[in-house]
Order: sequence, then C-alpha cells, then structure tokens
Amino acid sequence: MPSTIFYLYLIVAVAVISGIRLLSSPEYARWGNIIAAIAMLAAIVLILAQQELLGVGSVVVALLIGSIIGAALAIQVKMIQMPQLVAFLNGCGGAASCLVSLAETANPATTANMYICGWAVIVGSFTFSGSLIAVGKLSGKVKQQPVILPHHSWLTSGIALLLILYWAFAVYLRFTSFLLYGVILLPFALALGVIFTIRIGGADMPVVICFLNALSGLAASLCGFVTQNPLLVACGAMVGASGILLSQKMCRAMNRNLANVFLGLGVTPVSGKRLEPDSLQLKKEAEMTEEDKFSFSLKILKEADEVIIAPGYGMALSQAQFKVWELAEILEARGARVRFAIHPVAGRMPGHMNVLLAEAGVPYDKLLEMDAINEDFKNTDVAVTVGACDVVNPSAIRVAGTPISGMPILKVFEAENILVCNLDERPGYSGVENPLYKEKHAILLWGDAKETLDRLIKGLSDRG
Amino acid sequence: MLVLVFILSGLIGYWVITKVPSLLHTPLMSGTNAISGVTVLGALIAVAVAATTSSKSLAMVAIVLAMVNVVGGFLVTGRMLAMFKKGKSKGKE
Repeated sequence: MPSTIFYLYLIVAVAVISGIRLLSSPEYARWGNIIAAIAMLAAIVLILAQQELLGVGSVVVALLIGSIIGAALAIQVKMIQMPQLVAFLNGCGGAASCLVSLAETANPATTANMYICGWAVIVGSFTFSGSLIAVGKLSGKVKQQPVILPHHSWLTSGIALLLILYWAFAVYLRFTSFLLYGVILLPFALALGVIFTIRIGGADMPVVICFLNALSGLAASLCGFVTQNPLLVACGAMVGASGILLSQKMCRAMNRNLANVFLGLGVTPVSGKRLEPDSLQLKKEAEMTEEDKFSFSLKILKEADEVIIAPGYGMALSQAQFKVWELAEILEARGARVRFAIHPVAGRMPGHMNVLLAEAGVPYDKLLEMDAINEDFKNTDVAVTVGACDVVNPSAIRVAGTPISGMPILKVFEAENILVCNLDERPGYSGVENPLYKEKHAILLWGDAKETLDRLIKGLSDRG
Repeated sequence: MLVLVFILSGLIGYWVITKVPSLLHTPLMSGTNAISGVTVLGALIAVAVAATTSSKSLAMVAIVLAMVNVVGGFLVTGRMLAMFKKGKSKGKE
C-alpha cells in the first residue's frame, strides 16, 4: 500500500465521518453535508489522477452524464416523493457496485477474489431490483398491498438456495470466462430482489428503504474488497451500519421485527369488528350537526393555550402541511403554544414528516419526537390530528391481539379536546378501527384536511 | 486488513449515527445514500485496469449510475437541510 495514497484515503474517510457527525445537529447539518460532498469530490479527483484518467474523454463524459442526471432528479423532486428518490438512488448505487464487480470478474486474480466478486454481484443486483420495486410501490405504479405469489416462501428460499449453491460451487464448473460466471448470477439475484420486495406492504416501506440503503452500502463495501480499495470498504460499511440501525429503529416504532416485515406478516387488514366495543363514554354522533361541530372547534381553538398537532401521512397526501402551519401561526399569534408531535413512522421513510413540515416553514424546534412530547398530551387543551390514524389509535395500548397492539402511539386521547381532521372514518393501514373517533372529547371533522383546515383558518381570522 | 477496515468503520458508523436525531433521519438517509456512491471510485479503477472492452463498458455504465447516486444524493440532502430553520426567538413570552 503506497503510504501517501493511504493517508489521503484516511483524510477522506475522516472527513466523511465528521460530515455524518455534523448531521446530528440541525444547525450544522448543512456543513456536514458539504464536507462529505467535498471529501467525495476530492476522492474522485484523487483516483482520476492516480489512475491517469484525467485526460480520458470517455471517463469524463461518463462522470458528467451521471452528475447531470443526478442533479436534475435532485432539483425536481417534490418533498413527498423523497422516499421514491432515495429508493431509486439506492438502486443506482447497487447497480453500479454490481457492474463494477462484473467488470472485475473479467480479470480475477484468485479463486477467493472470484467468490467476493460473485457475492458483490448478488448483493448489488438484489439491491437494484428490490429498489425498483420499492420505487414502483411508493409511486403507486406497483400495487401497494403485498403481492403474494403461490408458494411465495418456497419460491424465495428456492431461488436463494440455488443462487448460493451456484455461487459456492461455480469454481468446479471450470468456466472459460469468469465474466460468464458473474452474468449467470444476475437473473437469479434480480429475481430474488423482486420477489422479496413485492410481498412487502406500503406502510412497511420505511423499513424496506432503510434495509435497501444498508444493502447498497454493503454492495459498495464488497466492491471495495473486489478492487482492494480501503476507502470503499470503509464508506460502504458506514452506510451499511446506518441502514441497519435505521431499520431497527423503524421496526421498533411499529412494534414489528425485521422477519415479519419481510415475510409480509401482520399487514393483512382485519375487520374492525374483531374488537370489543369500547368501554369509554360513547357519544351519540347525531347530537351535533356539521355546523355545530365546526363552531365548537373554533371555540376550543380560540380558548386553547396549549395545542399539539399530530400529523400523519394523510396530511402529506392532501398536501395540507402548509395549511397546518398557517393554522399554527394564527393560534400562536393568539397567544397559544403550538407544537408538533412526530411519530417515528409518520410518513413513508424515517424522518419524512419532519422534512414535509420543514418545507412548509415549521421551525425545527417545534417538531418533537414522540418520546419527548407524549407525556405533555395530558396538559394539552387541544390535540389536532391531521391525516393520522394508526399512530394515534388507542387500541394499540388498550386492546390486545390487534396488528398494532404494543405499537407505541402518540397519546392524543389524553388531551382535553381532540380535533380529528381526517378524510373519513375508515381505519388506517393496519385495518384496526380507531376508538379515538368515539371518544366523547373528540370532534370529528371529516373531509379533505386541506379544506377542513382552510375553513378553520378562515373561521379564526374572521371572527377574530 | 480490509476486513479490519470493514469492522472498524461499521462500528464507527453505527456509533456516529446513533447520535442523529429522528428529526434529521431523512437527510441522513439521503446523505449516506450519496456516500454509498463511493463505488464510483471502484468504477474508475475498474475502467483503468479493464483488460477487455466488455468489462470497460460495464465499468463506464457503473460510473454513470454511481454519479447519479452521488450527485443526486448530496444535492437533495442540501435542498432538504436548507429548509430546516430555527424558530424566531420565542416572540410571545
């Protein structure tokens, strides 16, 4: 190992680590990103110089084409489409690692190298096809519900077994071209990625994206083993660790484990009737007309000192986040304290809800994590849920045996009054009926959240 | 040696990322995503050492894909982080 290059690699690696480290504070996160980007640029230039590629036109053109496509995607994407973009980029990374390893199979030095190349091809192509399915599911081009083929588990394990056997024993097949060995791996690994991802439901996508993120890191790391490059190994391993950590966090927040997410278990909608009727004080829905409900909502909002808003993915779907912030600003101008309670799996990827609200202009110190705010619902005058169902469903802690039982939820039901701005009373993704809607202190404002909020905003500003 | 690097950086990565609040998990993901595009370095090396035309063209495609990953990842992370603003100094109280 030539020592100068080694030290340069070390500097790049340290820069990348400190970049990620800075991401832990919202104030300096931008700098972290810039440092990591500069480190990456430096590494690319370094390799170009070291391999004497600077003058090679085709390489420069390839770099430029990739950069332009990447930039175009990044600039055009809407915040609600962020999960798709991240999944797509994961796929690109995986595919790139796979292709590099394939290219390297053309000149493997040793048998050991061939094994690593093969393994890198498998992980890379699996990441690629899995990510494309995830993109399809997130953008609605592929059915969101789990697609289960006949004998799905057998099919999955069968392909996986074939793949591993072939990978392990290919040395004995005496290939004349090692490239052929790699190419034969491709269809199996690609098919496995598809079959694996297609059975996972839409609401479990946060976990899948994290997992694919981890895999794209692993693929890059393997690619580093193939090309004997410690920097690739290091960066890839860090990304892998990050992805694994985030998948774990997401699973914990949904009270699932990786195995049952991947097997598509626990997402079959159950009928709400399986639940016992709630023992709470039920109110007669007919008592209040729409107009009554509306003016009562205005009254409690006007009198409120403490307001917590609990947004869900429904808010993002109706693009109501701007209205939500408008409402919050009006309430604040009236002297109330307004905060946001963010459930870890609100949205379609970790932290998605925070980004959506930040886009609408909500300052980040008003966005509180579930654990930081959950005990405050008791002392809250009005809790407003906007397009959230499962993450505020008290059944999760009151009823045993439902798909969401044991899942940590936002304790919206503890608030003095609850305004529910959801589209309708249908259960959330889990299919578990939400007894919150029957609570005496819940005011149900059905309809598109954006319109509901607009009416509230108008009402508040008109009658001063 | 490389195995050591792998384990060590995995541990460092895990430790560093535990400290990132869930507020910033989306930019964290897109950021690390961009970092996984380091595979572009592998692609560049592969082009340089490629013995055959087929492996050279594979590596070229890899360069394009990896750059989409790198540039797209960093830019979108920057875009998101630019939106996170601190609240005005507690106006009311």
